[in-house]
Amino acid sequence: MAVQLTVNDAKRTVSADPEKPLLWVLREDLGLPGTKFGCGAGLCGACTVMIDGKTVRACMTPISAAAGKHVTTIEHVAATPVGKRVTEAWVELDVPQCGYCQAGQIMSATALLTAQPKPDVAAIDAAMRGNLCRCATYLRIRKAIQSAANAGSEGAKA
Amino acid sequence: MSRSSTLNRRAFLTVALAAGTAVTFTADMALAAGTKAKPVMLNAFIRIDADNRVTIGSKNPEIGQGIRTMLPMLIAEELDVDWSQVTVEPTLANEALYGPQSAGGSRSTPVNWMPMRQVGAAARQMLLQAAAKAWSVEAASLTTASGQIHHKASGRSAPYSAFIDQAAAQPSPSLASVPLKAASDFKIIGQSIPGVDTPAVVKGKAVFGIDVSLPGMVYAAIELCPVFGGTLASMDEAATKALPGIIAIVPLNSGLIPSGPNDAVAIVADSWWTANKARQTLKAQWKTDGLTGFSTAGYEQAAAALHKGAAQKDLVKIGDATGAMASAAKTVSARYSYPFIAHATLEPQNCTALFSDGKIEIWAPSQTPASGGKMVGQALGLAPDAITVHITKAGGGFGRRLMNDYMVQVAQIAKALPGRPVKLIYNRADDMQHGFYRPAGWHQFEAGLDANGAIVALKDHFVTPSDKGWPVRAGDMNPAEFPAKFVANVMFSQSMVPTNMPTGYLRAPTSNAMAFVFQGFLDEVAEAGGMDLPELMRRTMGAARAVPLYDRGPVFDTGRARGVIDKVCAMAGWTGRTKSAEGKGRGFGFYFSHSGYFAEIVDITVTQGTRIKVEKVYVAGDIGSQIINPMHAEQQVQGAIIDGLAQAIAGQKIQQVDGAVTQKNFGDFPLLRIDAAPAQIEVAFVKTDVPPTGLGEPALPPVIPALANAIYAATGKRLRDLPLRLGA
Repeated sequence: MAVQLTVNDAKRTVSADPEKPLLWVLREDLGLPGTKFGCGAGLCGACTVMIDGKTVRACMTPISAAAGKHVTTIEHVAATPVGKRVTEAWVELDVPQCGYCQAGQIMSATALLTAQPKPDVAAIDAAMRGNLCRCATYLRIRKAIQSAANAGSEGAKA
Repeated sequence: MSRSSTLNRRAFLTVALAAGTAVTFTADMALAAGTKAKPVMLNAFIRIDADNRVTIGSKNPEIGQGIRTMLPMLIAEELDVDWSQVTVEPTLANEALYGPQSAGGSRSTPVNWMPMRQVGAAARQMLLQAAAKAWSVEAASLTTASGQIHHKASGRSAPYSAFIDQAAAQPSPSLASVPLKAASDFKIIGQSIPGVDTPAVVKGKAVFGIDVSLPGMVYAAIELCPVFGGTLASMDEAATKALPGIIAIVPLNSGLIPSGPNDAVAIVADSWWTANKARQTLKAQWKTDGLTGFSTAGYEQAAAALHKGAAQKDLVKIGDATGAMASAAKTVSARYSYPFIAHATLEPQNCTALFSDGKIEIWAPSQTPASGGKMVGQALGLAPDAITVHITKAGGGFGRRLMNDYMVQVAQIAKALPGRPVKLIYNRADDMQHGFYRPAGWHQFEAGLDANGAIVALKDHFVTPSDKGWPVRAGDMNPAEFPAKFVANVMFSQSMVPTNMPTGYLRAPTSNAMAFVFQGFLDEVAEAGGMDLPELMRRTMGAARAVPLYDRGPVFDTGRARGVIDKVCAMAGWTGRTKSAEGKGRGFGFYFSHSGYFAEIVDITVTQGTRIKVEKVYVAGDIGSQIINPMHAEQQVQGAIIDGLAQAIAGQKIQQVDGAVTQKNFGDFPLLRIDAAPAQIEVAFVKTDVPPTGLGEPALPPVIPALANAIYAATGKRLRDLPLRLGA
């Protein structure tokens, strides 16, 4: 089946089984391996991407459900002002250790700050608890989100 | 996790240096982009291009421990260049050229601290010799800084790049005698240097094993016999083969990792999703005779029964523990246990290989790529020069990727499909159910105290899983387990419970379990003796001195132990055991492992009677004279603390029914999530004048007993079985 969708602002057509998860279409068919496979069951968040601005677990999303929609992945998240601030904060605090979960973390953090520009720690924990980090970079993830939030409010004042 | 090498590291580094331009450290990667002139290799690790850009080869597998950044820091320091000039590239797996290339045992720092600095210093000497010749001056009259050579008398200066061709032709100085910087002159060592891969990671551009992509690549899913040690009896593959996208079905039996029968069937397709889904149609019958009787319930019953009788074997017998126990003023006894647990790396096991013309090329997220290559040679009957191993980034290791089972498997699949690159990926259930687990263990303790609360006798009857009459891998006990060397009458004994579970090394192997049972029990002993655990530790260790633990084993320095115990107590304002109020509790733990001394204090609050909230953790560690990269050191410690907390309270327990593991995913084998992470983990290092040692592991063990002891302080309940649970 041919599916048309927009990925990272580019129109793409994919010929795939309609049940094939978006994760594997991104990784195998569209050359975008930044989105990671962790659990295949929506339990770890490593495959988090945005569809029309909302986070989804790409491992649980059949490609047919993404037809006609806008998909944003880690490779393009910095194109939005919030995504840019988040990735900059991630670099500034050197959040990653092994780095494997970080694409998902950054996607979830970007969605959080887009919806809620100044979250407190409880709001950060609630929004990020779906993203596992086996190296346990959680303390820096909290800090980086707060840092990106502050950078955002400074940007708004300027 | 110790791996000994019969090769002389220093000798082959010299050979590598002497090889000069003949070697390249990244045969598979483009040379530094944007340079017109050909870059020059100064030695196996260092390449300098015409723009004075320095590329440093990083030889060890990166699994999140920061080694890909840290080893080049050591080279850059002694080469005397600025870190901003440096680009880091991974090397191939080639231990003859680069020296040991493994990530395990917290060994990378102690093993490489001198050799990597010597490599940088030797290259600097070669540059100085070349400049001295070019300028007709004495090399001793030259100085270096920031990748420049200066001649003070004449005022001449030039970048390293001006001398690279001549320098590469210089004989390498002896690594053993090449002059090194004094610590006071360090400009890079001791600085917080961000991870070299971080910019790529945040763009989704870092290449992990699972991301390796080759032209014409096909994908393999694997159906492993669910019961460990089973073999393939029969297989009906017709329905599977008929599915669209399926390319091949390949039966496998490595026989190597784990040893003995260990059958699997690989399904190869044009998409991994297709291959994995097709497993439902494969009708494989497994022969599991004699293997389905193994179960968690069976082990637990057997261990309980064994603890009621005499031990099968004495491990350590010092003095007369039975006699001293009988005449002790007070005795304390308790039974502790811990379960099998999995590594659960977030990147599932995977590996990519291409077999063609009798040679194999492998892309492996392995902690021991070189030994994996050797196993592939053994499995496929290939000579070493027919095997090339590329080291990829790994999405976590924790000891799982020491094993290389996935390498041997993908090599067999690739051999069946010559000329086609194959990527094998485990799904999460495969990864969870086919690991090399931290073995379970059961301990029956008894201690005798004198009237002053000093330990006069100690007994531990240790029950451990076994295979073929021996404790399983990582299921053995250190005969010098603290406080064995500090008590006059000790009896450690052992009994065994047979298992078919493959076991292996999990971050701080044996220590992650022994710290819990010994420091937990010693907290009980301290209380019985009317003191707290830090005080019992101080009194038991006595005066500062170096105590050899066992033959050719580490030396335990009681002064360094005391140093971190005192430090963490000062940091936390420890005032001894206090009665809990409002569900708050504080616990202490100490452990010495992987040459590192760590003392930790955990603050918790227990709410609603059963909910354990870890508020703050204090950590004091001593890993020698130098913290090479302070930012990454803090990251390692904080990560190890949360890893330990996860083992203690997330509910991690691998269970076996009818010979097979039942856990499938993060639902039934949970990791700690961000909302359970403490608000703060305060880390301090005590510096001691000995060469720096590793940090991947030693911070983990003490946090588990510190937490258990905090729960006791908060609730009055001793939790003696991992995972810790309050209430039903």
